[in-house]
Amino acid sequence: MTPGYILSRLPWWGAAIFLAVACCLWIYPFVWMVAVSLKSSTAVFADALSLIPSDGFHPENYDRAWTTANFGTYLLNTVVITVASVALVVARSCLAGYVIGVYRFRGRKVLMGILVASIFAPTGLTIIPIVQMSQQLGVTNTRLGMVLALAGGGHILGTLLYAGYFETLPSELREAAVLDGAGFMTVFLRIMLPLANPVTATVTVLAFLANWNAFFVPLVFSLNAPSIRTVSVGMISFIGQYSTDWPGMAAAAVISLVPIVALFIGMQRYLVDGVAGAVKS
Amino acid sequence: MSTRAVRQRLARPGARHNRAGFWVLVFLAPTVLLYGAYTLYPTVASVWYSLLDWNGFDRAGTFSGLENYRDLFADELFWNSFKITLLFIIASVPIQLVSSLLIAMLLNSPKMPFSNLFRTALFLPVVTTSAIVGVVMQFVFDPTAGPVNGLLRALGIVDQGVAFLGSADTALWTIVAVYVWKWFGITLIYWLAALQTIPAELYEAARTDGASAFQSLRHITWPLLTKFAVVIALLTIEASLHVFDLVLTMTNGGPFYATEVLEIFVYRWAFDSPVPRLGYASAAAVAFGLFVAVIAALQLIGTRRSGTGQGRGI
Repeated sequence: MTPGYILSRLPWWGAAIFLAVACCLWIYPFVWMVAVSLKSSTAVFADALSLIPSDGFHPENYDRAWTTANFGTYLLNTVVITVASVALVVARSCLAGYVIGVYRFRGRKVLMGILVASIFAPTGLTIIPIVQMSQQLGVTNTRLGMVLALAGGGHILGTLLYAGYFETLPSELREAAVLDGAGFMTVFLRIMLPLANPVTATVTVLAFLANWNAFFVPLVFSLNAPSIRTVSVGMISFIGQYSTDWPGMAAAAVISLVPIVALFIGMQRYLVDGVAGAVKS
Repeated sequence: MSTRAVRQRLARPGARHNRAGFWVLVFLAPTVLLYGAYTLYPTVASVWYSLLDWNGFDRAGTFSGLENYRDLFADELFWNSFKITLLFIIASVPIQLVSSLLIAMLLNSPKMPFSNLFRTALFLPVVTTSAIVGVVMQFVFDPTAGPVNGLLRALGIVDQGVAFLGSADTALWTIVAVYVWKWFGITLIYWLAALQTIPAELYEAARTDGASAFQSLRHITWPLLTKFAVVIALLTIEASLHVFDLVLTMTNGGPFYATEVLEIFVYRWAFDSPVPRLGYASAAAVAFGLFVAVIAALQLIGTRRSGTGQGRGI
């Protein structure tokens, strides 16, 4: 390494140190949250800045969050509701995306137009009729109603990603299979859908993120049914009830965030692809 | 049979074609049904509800024409919400766009060490649940034992804790800061995706021709980025309209309505009021929807103009 090389790299190492400090600041709230979740209530107030508990670790905070504050139940609710709604989103997106991408049926343009036009319909606009309709169907205050409301509206990007992908596949693939006597469903399930695995991964991750983190719909669907609360709704009712239990609050937050952060670290590539797709398409 | 013959056979009206038509309908059915019930119908129904006087306990409301809109436009708190929604966009979007672009340029350089690690750390808040983060932030900004005030006190900047979320002067700006922190990473990914469309050879060619780093920025990066900048700016504006989760969990619209964005206004009248006014809340929801539609329309026009919309989709 010549001195010139080292000198030319120096500004980049300067930038790296700046970014390293910025990143520490960025993740500080999460580090603080984990630290508080292991402190005793007195230590939280006695040494606000220290990240290491002064009077030993207190894992019983997690016990309290899990049982007393019901986060065990809330976490189970969140998992069930998220998995069901993600499955529904992926199923309806790949089915619709396939025929929109591959077939030139009548009304295709109109359908695409309606889907794209309503892509930004905000929850604030649709929520009141959704609740009224769900009441008439008798599914407010039920997990089913929540799943339908989470998976039914929105999620247009998934359909568009599938449609865009299937459109790029050569039509010979399908034609050859048809010649061999394969029916519509066989072509779709055996040939086309497996080819779209990367798209399925992206749509799954995006839908998982949206539904796990959802708040508006779970909130209004569980206003009168505490037993079906998700973790995000459970959190505000928890601090409404025990506003001074900082360690319990922090432990509940850690319980709620660990699954989604673990998923992010495992599936980062698909997530970044999906987000970037919103700009590129 | 040649491919052309197969194509003709597939296109020919007949048994096979009708069967395909049947499957097309089956495949579209879930989306048409669910999307119709949960997005299209509610959009239309909101407009109808907004013409009703309805407390939500009765099965149906009574038609009252444009009464709700008259009340709404005379309601100072509605205009307050509208103002706060606008303020929120004006305060958060420019900071978020500029700072994330600068960091994206650093991270995009092949000379930058650890760029993947930095990207992951900056993106982390994006994946976390807004409602949970909002609750945690209540404690982070707590005047007595929160770490922010702890640090300010330790540095001697203040001697008494500042009630960041408890005072009408600071609550909105605190939420703006948390919002920018939370969603910075997504704008960063947008910019990185845009920067990666610029071929590295262009920079190499410029360097061989003796261009300085600033010159390549001015004449290569910037012109090629502008077409994406419009889309990214509008996506960021659109996202900044949806702060319901953070606001509800950090301040619940308070203190004294100082952080009540439009979605909180709708929620308060429809779900968080002793006597709900569904028609009135719907009128506000429709006004909000129109506001979002205007921004989405700007986005479409911007995309067309800048020429990135040759492909499908948004």
